[in-house]
This record gives sequence, structure tokens and C-alpha cells, in this order.
Amino acid sequence: MRMAKYILKRVLLMFCVLFIITTIYFILIRLLPRELPLEKVQAEAIKARWEALGYGKPLLVQYWIYLKNIFTKWDFGTSWYISYRTPALELMTTRLAPTVLVNFYSMIFSVPIGIALGIYAAIKKNKWQDSLISVLVIVFVSVPGYVYAFLVQYFLYFKLNLLPLQMYALADAGGSYFTWKMFKSMIAPILALSFGTIASLCRNTRAELTESLTSDYMLLARTKGLTNTQATWRHALKNAMVPIFPGIISMFFGVLGGSMIIEQIFSIPGVGQLYIRSINLFDYDVYMLDGIFYTLLGLIAGIFVDLSYGIIDPRIRMGE
Amino acid sequence: MEEKNLMLEQIPAEKFRFVNQDERIHDKKFDDKPIGYFKDAWLRFKKSKASVVAAVIIILIVLYAFCCPLLIRSHSATFMANLYAKKPGRITWIKDLGLGIADGGTKRNFSERGLQSKLAIGVGAENYDGKHNVTVSEAMDSEYMPMIRYKEAGDGYTGKIDTYLEVGFIYRSVEQAEYKKIRDWEEETGLRVIYPLIADNEYSYSFDMTDANFWYKVDAKGSPIKVNSNGEAKRIRMSDDMVFEDNYLRDDSGNVLYYVYAGGGDQNTAQYKIRVLYYNYFQYLYGHEPEYILGTDAQGYDMALRLAGGIKLSLEISIAVASINFIIGTLYGAVEGYYGGTVDLIMERISDILWDIPFIVLASLFQIHLAAKVGPIPSLLFVYILTGWIGTAATVRTQFYRFKNQEYVMAAHTLGARDRRIIWKHIYPNTLGTIITASALAIPSVIYQESNLSYLGIVKLGSSRVTSLGTLLSDSSSIWTNYPHLMILPALTISLLMICFNLFGNGLRDAFNPALRGTED
Repeated sequence: MRMAKYILKRVLLMFCVLFIITTIYFILIRLLPRELPLEKVQAEAIKARWEALGYGKPLLVQYWIYLKNIFTKWDFGTSWYISYRTPALELMTTRLAPTVLVNFYSMIFSVPIGIALGIYAAIKKNKWQDSLISVLVIVFVSVPGYVYAFLVQYFLYFKLNLLPLQMYALADAGGSYFTWKMFKSMIAPILALSFGTIASLCRNTRAELTESLTSDYMLLARTKGLTNTQATWRHALKNAMVPIFPGIISMFFGVLGGSMIIEQIFSIPGVGQLYIRSINLFDYDVYMLDGIFYTLLGLIAGIFVDLSYGIIDPRIRMGE
Repeated sequence: MEEKNLMLEQIPAEKFRFVNQDERIHDKKFDDKPIGYFKDAWLRFKKSKASVVAAVIIILIVLYAFCCPLLIRSHSATFMANLYAKKPGRITWIKDLGLGIADGGTKRNFSERGLQSKLAIGVGAENYDGKHNVTVSEAMDSEYMPMIRYKEAGDGYTGKIDTYLEVGFIYRSVEQAEYKKIRDWEEETGLRVIYPLIADNEYSYSFDMTDANFWYKVDAKGSPIKVNSNGEAKRIRMSDDMVFEDNYLRDDSGNVLYYVYAGGGDQNTAQYKIRVLYYNYFQYLYGHEPEYILGTDAQGYDMALRLAGGIKLSLEISIAVASINFIIGTLYGAVEGYYGGTVDLIMERISDILWDIPFIVLASLFQIHLAAKVGPIPSLLFVYILTGWIGTAATVRTQFYRFKNQEYVMAAHTLGARDRRIIWKHIYPNTLGTIITASALAIPSVIYQESNLSYLGIVKLGSSRVTSLGTLLSDSSSIWTNYPHLMILPALTISLLMICFNLFGNGLRDAFNPALRGTED
């Protein structure tokens, strides 16, 4: 009950913060100089639209119109350059699927491996296996994601020719993101995204499990006659996993927001690529919506991080 | 055991004496120097081998970044026409050792015609006056022969080719004075720059008349041919003793021509078309052979210098950011933590909101707003001024909360110390270790973010003077499969930097806060 109350409070707070940040974005983006395209028909259309949105009026009025459009018509603005006259929200939602899919697959792939390696390292603590895993973890956490992307491309495409170089366009792969051909073309970005996740998950699991392995209840479990394996499985692991799971969810949101460069390299038609294009083409409405999206992701990830801490330490859970 | 005890009891009384009977042993000064906080941390840091190794590697990288421009022979602006772009590393004396490294070579597969055209460059360099018809095997000893080695493989050939010599001959348009200068230089050095021009006839390579490498008679497809006295052409097959039949431009008496009038007015401005061997022409222009230890980047700059520049930029930005974090984070956290209450509440909410703005969104906004006015690097630094210090401030705040209610602080209060004195003299030194650690760990994350942003093109850093490792990577992102060194070298550098700085930062953290050892996050 307390938990539910806390979460509710956090979610409400999250929307407050989101509102403030949206306001900041809005002001900063509306202050940017805007130019009409040279083509006349297009320029007229954009100009008419601008008038409807209250350009030239005070910023507060403009913001009011913007918010009103969002809440009454669910209208986040229009894309003019990336995809002419497509509502920004529609553009965004079509781009959401590939990003979420690739990241989701990557999570499915890396979570079991990361946790398994972490458990192994914690059980073999201070032996050579643990040292080896620790060294690998340091290396894999430190090396930037795009280096893995290059390595995956180099070995799996150029040397072994197992996978396609980049993700297929929707039309090439049978019009759906769930065909085998599409999945095969996603393997390379999935792998590239996974290395970092595996390494950091392994590190967290190891840290949590070592702590619970050395705690007093483990001693009690051993004294009452459980074997080492039984005690580890039933007590230590259970307790260690409690903060890990919210951590995984927050990691998923974090990766979702940070996979921009992977999307660029593998030409995944996702949200990150949309963001880069909207910057380069000055498609401000799309840019704004994408920025709000990333902020929301970060906020949700933050709630899950706090939950993962709160579960360990009930004093924090109260939110005081 | 018992025997020993017995022995002890039997020690005669005169053997005992009072220790320190005449000395005052209390209040004695320590012989050793006291071990302070930093000394203690240093002693602990030294014990962690990985961190020490990382620190040494970091020092070496910094030395490289700053010494490389002094050591490497750089021609003006370190830029060469893009004929020598994307080349692998080459140092002449190392190539002459024949070890297979730094020879500017790549392994490639050739068709018969392709191999012949590459071999012809070496043969053509020897046949400088239309009279030296050397065979291929003789020309293999020539220092201008691009083929390092070749052998038959399947349908075609495979071999290693020196990509610098592969450029071969090019056409240039020069004035008379320049022509004379080249001739003088040739005489002085004994190197040949100007080679005979190629005739424009039925045997010349018709696909690309600007290609100066087809100096021999070819058929319509570009294969070398032999023309007998009846005018019948016969294709020359590949063999070691094959001889190319030259197709040089000759005057009426049969002498080869080295220049033709190409246009222009009077004696001084008239342009003459000449054909030069690019390798020697480069030496004529720059006074030394083309030597790039790590090759050249996608635009033709010296890769070693570009890497050094990229490292330098990354380090400069990250050190600037670390100092920003240090200063703003300390001030903000100190005020928050020391005064607490409403001040803390308001300041915390402000930093919470700033913290929740994604870095990439803020960075791109600032770039769009400010990059044109103040340049990309200052606008990037503004982002860090706005949000970079929040983590440091949070640590400092916690430390202040921990120490501000301790007895010694109260004592200082009672003695009449002002807030400022208590903050800086009594509480702040306790937080120093954590701040130093946070600043050191900020460096790798800044390097990562900077390379990320410049790779994505959000921060546009590439220019002739500065470059970043991310820009080098993004320049090569579409072509690196053909020129792997363009990607491998910057990627390796950045990975090494990240690993070393992370290890170094972890070592610092363990040294300053031994309680945190092992809990990594």
C-alpha cells in the first residue's frame, strides 16, 4: 500500500517535471529563427499553419495554443521536411516499433547472460574466474557502443558474411517487423547493443550477490543445515535479485534513449535516427516531440532506479 | 616448550637490566613523518596495479598527443592533395627492410589485366625515355614498382600492392618557369619527375584520357597489346618476361616529348601539359618522401597527427569539464548541504529538473542556438556548465550533511567561526576525496559523450585544424570496410582512453574511500 502510494506520488511528480521541462524546450525552440522553404506552395501551407499556431504573438499565448492542441486534438505539431505534412505524433509512433523491438530483443538476449555471469563471478569470488570476468567487465563497460557495432559489422558481415550489413527496410522484409528476414537483419544491432548491457548487469549482479552471500542470514541458513547451493539459491539469490529487476527495467529505458548511434550505424528507422534527422533538417515540431519522448524515458528510468534503491532501503521508500 | 620455559627461569639475575631508565619515552617525537590523508591515499593507490598501469598508459597517451606534432615531419598544414588520402602507414626505411609492416601495402586480388596495369607503372617508371624496354621481372627491382609481390590464384592473381606507388603518373599543367624548376631539381637530386607524354591514338586508353598510367599500347578493354609491322594487334599475356610496348608521344624524328603547349597567353603565362611520376613529384613539392607512420585519414591528413589532435581535444574538453564540475559542484553542494532547509529544498528541485533533461537533447539545443555564435566547443561546454556538476553537487551535499552536525563543527561555531570559515576550513576538506574521484570519473564519460556527439554530427568539430576522434570515425563510417585502418585506429585510441581513465578513476575512488572498495557503480 505504501509502495503504491509512493509510486503514485512519484508519477505525479514526474508529470510536473515533464511539464516544466517541456516549457523550457518550447521556449528554447520557439526562439530559434525559422525560415520558410523556397518552394511556394509549401511555404504558403507552412505560413498558414504558423498563423494558426499563433506565431508572432507572445510566447505564453503560443504555448497555450500548443498545449490546447495537444490535449484537445492530440496534435503535437506537423513534420514539414522529414515527411511532408505528416503529424509529428504519427511519424513518431511509426518509428517507435523498430527501436523498441531491437532494444527488447537485446534485453532478452543480454539479461540471462549478464545475470548468469554475475552469479558465476560472485560464487567464484577472488578466484581467477572472478578476476577474468572483472577485467572483461571493465573493458566492455568502458568501450563505447559504436566500437562493438563496427566489430560486429566487420566480423559477421565482411569476414564471415553471415548477416546483412544494415537493417532491412520494412518493404524489403515482407512489410512486417516480425518476419524471420527482418529478425536476421536485426541480429547485428542487437549484438552491438548487448555487450555493454551484459557487462553492467554482470557487475551489478556480482556486487549484490557478494553482499548477500556474506550477510548473516546466509550463516543462519548454513547453520540450520542447508547445503551451500541450497542456501545460495533460496536465500542469497532471491535477495540479490530484488534490486536487480527494477534495475533491468530502468536499464531498458536507458538503452532505449541511448541507442541513437547504433540506429545510425545500422540504419534502423527508429526514434534515434528520427531525432538526428530532425536536427539536421530543422524539423522543429518533430524535434520537440522527440525531445519530450527522451525526457519521459529518462524520468521513467529514474523512477525505476529509485524503486530499486527503495526496495533495499525502506527509509528511502518513504520518499522523505 | 617446557625446556624453554625452564631455560627462561634459569636466566641469571645480572643479565636483566632496566630499559629506558634514563630516558623519557612519552612525548617523544615520531621518527617517521606523519601520514596525511593524501599520502595515505597515494599509498593505497600504489597497491592497485591495474590503476598504476592505467595511469602510466594515460601519461604515455598524453605525451603522444603533445609530442607527436613535434616529432612528425609535417608539411605545411599537414595536408596533402587527396591522392594520398586513406592510405595505410608507410615509412620508407621500414619498407626497405621487407618485414611487411609500414610498407603502405594492402593485399588484393587482381585480374590479369588489372595486375598488368599495376606492373606497368613500375615498368613505365624505368622506361623514362622510350628506349629502356625492361621486362616485368627486371622492373620488380625498381623502387617505383607498386607490386610488392604477386602470385597466381585461381582465375586471377593475388598480391600485395604499395598503395602510394599505385597512384603512378598524373598529368599536371605548369608554366615554363615551373618546368625549369622541376628540371633543375631533377638534376640536383637525380630523381626523375617528368616522364614522356602519351600519344592520343587508337592504342591509347579510351575510357579515361586523364589517366596518365596507360603509357603502353592497349586494346579497347585496356589490356596491353603488341602491334606488329602490319598493324595487327596481339594481346600480351601475363608472364615474368613480358615487355610493354610504349605508346609515347613522339616528334617527327622519333624522340619522346616531355611537354606540349596546353594554352595560355605570353611566354610567362603559357601552360604546358606534363606527365609526372607522383611519388617523386611529391618529393619535389615537399622535400621528402611521403611517410605517414599510421597512414592518412579519409581526407588525406596525417593520421598520427589527427589522432594526436583528437586526443588533445578530448582531453582539453574533459579537463575543462572536470574543473567546471569541481568548482560549480562544490559551491552548489556546499551551500545546499550547509544551510539545508528551504535553501536546500529549492536548490535540490532546480538541480532535479536540470538533471532530468536528457544530455543529448540539451546538447543539441545548445548547438543549434549557440554554435554559430560562439563555436561548437564553447556551446558544448555550456551544456556542462548547466548540468554537468549535478552529480558532484549531490556528493558534496551528502558529505556536508554528514559533517555539519559533528562536535568539532559545533566547537568551531562556539568559538565564533563564521560560516565561510566553517565551510572551507572545517567541512570542505572532508569532501575533497570524493570530489577528486568524481572529477576523475567525469573524464571518461565526457570523452565518450563528446565522441558520441561528434560522431552523430550534432557537434560539428571537423576542420583542417581541429578534429575529434568521433569525427574521424564518422568520416570513415561509410568507407572503412575498404580501409580498415581508418576505423581501427580511432576506435582503438578511444577504447584505450576510456578503459584507462575508468581504471584510473576506480583506483582513485578505492584509494580515497577504501570503504567503497568493490561496490562499483
